[in-house]
Amino acid sequence: MADDTPPPMIARDPVWQKALRVAVPILMLVLAVIIWAVIVRAKEIPPYIMPGPELVAKALVNDWPTLYPALLVTLKITFTALALALIGGVALAIIIAQSSWVELALYPYAVILQVTPIIAIAPLILIYAPSTQAALLICAFLVAFFPILSNMTQGLKSVDHNLLNLYELYGASRLQTLLLLKLPASQPYFLTGLRIGGGLALIAAVVAEFAAGSAGEGSGLAFRLLESQYRMNLPRLFAALILLTGTGIAIFGLTSLISHLMLRRWHESAVRREN
Amino acid sequence: MTPTSGAVSNETAQKIQPHHDDAEPLSQRPVVCLHGISKMFSNGTLALSDMSLDVREGEFVSLLGPSGCGKSTVLRIIAGLGAPTSGHVDWPRSASGRDHKPNNAIGFVFQEPTLMPWATVFNNVWLPLRLAGRSKNQSRERVMEALESVGLADFANAYPRELSGGMKMRVSIARALVPRPQLLLMDEPFAALDEITRFKLNNDIIRLKERYGWTVIFVTHSVFESVYLSDRIVVMAARPGRVIKEVDIDAPAERGEAFRTSAQYAAFCRTVSETLHDAISASHREIA
Repeated sequence: MADDTPPPMIARDPVWQKALRVAVPILMLVLAVIIWAVIVRAKEIPPYIMPGPELVAKALVNDWPTLYPALLVTLKITFTALALALIGGVALAIIIAQSSWVELALYPYAVILQVTPIIAIAPLILIYAPSTQAALLICAFLVAFFPILSNMTQGLKSVDHNLLNLYELYGASRLQTLLLLKLPASQPYFLTGLRIGGGLALIAAVVAEFAAGSAGEGSGLAFRLLESQYRMNLPRLFAALILLTGTGIAIFGLTSLISHLMLRRWHESAVRREN
Repeated sequence: MTPTSGAVSNETAQKIQPHHDDAEPLSQRPVVCLHGISKMFSNGTLALSDMSLDVREGEFVSLLGPSGCGKSTVLRIIAGLGAPTSGHVDWPRSASGRDHKPNNAIGFVFQEPTLMPWATVFNNVWLPLRLAGRSKNQSRERVMEALESVGLADFANAYPRELSGGMKMRVSIARALVPRPQLLLMDEPFAALDEITRFKLNNDIIRLKERYGWTVIFVTHSVFESVYLSDRIVVMAARPGRVIKEVDIDAPAERGEAFRTSAQYAAFCRTVSETLHDAISASHREIA
């Protein structure tokens, strides 16, 4: 049975193009570091104002025993907050999507939590929370929660009406409609929420720690940043900053990878077409 | 091409008293009967006014009319996707009483293919059986048979975006036929396709109808398509949506390219076109 032709499958890039795709950003990074080193050396900038890359690298190695536990603390807060925000955001979105009355009752509070600057409620949370760690967790959770909730709610509401009709026609139960239609259909929205929420969770974990002014053992990278600043230990400050940036990039990469794996077979955002 | 009386009528007696006796043997009863169906939308538009229609087993009925004549509305009401404002739909063959739509009575093909983009072709076609509680293994044979009958058995593991428009529509047809419905409702299924693809799918529909003995209600705005496919054409006018006339197509049951180029086909098209023009001018008078 002949038919009009299906869309052509995506052409594979040649190998050299793939290699360039990796090489270009790496070369750019190396170039930037070299320029940094050259400027610091040429202008003889003292290390307590602007350390060169080799000093920062040395600090990263030498101060690792101090920085590593701090990194673990920040990572733990970020990922716990993100996990809680995912569970809470998706669950609340499902409840909201069941009835517009529930939405009317609950959604305003979610908006209020979102629009109030987290730094402004942090002191209050610090008073009420049983420990500083718990307070930081709550702050990071509150920030990551809303983008996941609002995207997921939008996704659950944006299901194709004809498909909803089709499910109704075949006598699908509410649970079947949720599991087989609404949840799969909102995957792209969920993943957008995840990417935004993941980035925000890290930012909130750092900002909240600044606000909490936590100190000593069991502190995260934000405390080590402040501490280095007080002691004018700029190489260590830069090292801590690099760790934070690295964490952020890793979260972005991880969420993008999850998104790619979930959408690559079917969603328009994952399709590359040649015209 | 004689206009039929009886099946469509505004006689009040018929609306009150369904004329099909329950004593009539089950197999001779119509598949579905509409009695004086009207639909008023919440914005006050009268989408459909007092429509009655009987559809018998194995019949191919087309609803033909300009946009706004309520032809899609009729289909949705039959499918139970919206209640009529007045009148009622009868299922004389239903085991659970004639007011109840029997289970799996209906297959629906929308104007869009309406496939789930995240699911493979197989899983899309499996859906009606899956919702009825049949496992993938229990359904495999029937799903593959449906896919084979639309010529897409090789594409079971493809995703919808890998298919052309015509192929997507075939998947949609396979999904509609897999629960073996008593009645197939098609809402302008080929309107968005190019003419060549459309001709091919028209032939497929005729072939499948012969193979499975389908009963079909087909909504279209194409005179040529409706004459080619139908046993009976219900011509409708707009504002308010209503039936103007019925035209029987007393053509050979064997439809094909020979029929499409025959003088008989041309004559039917002319008759139906004229009726449709009457319907359109009737619609315009209403606005003026």
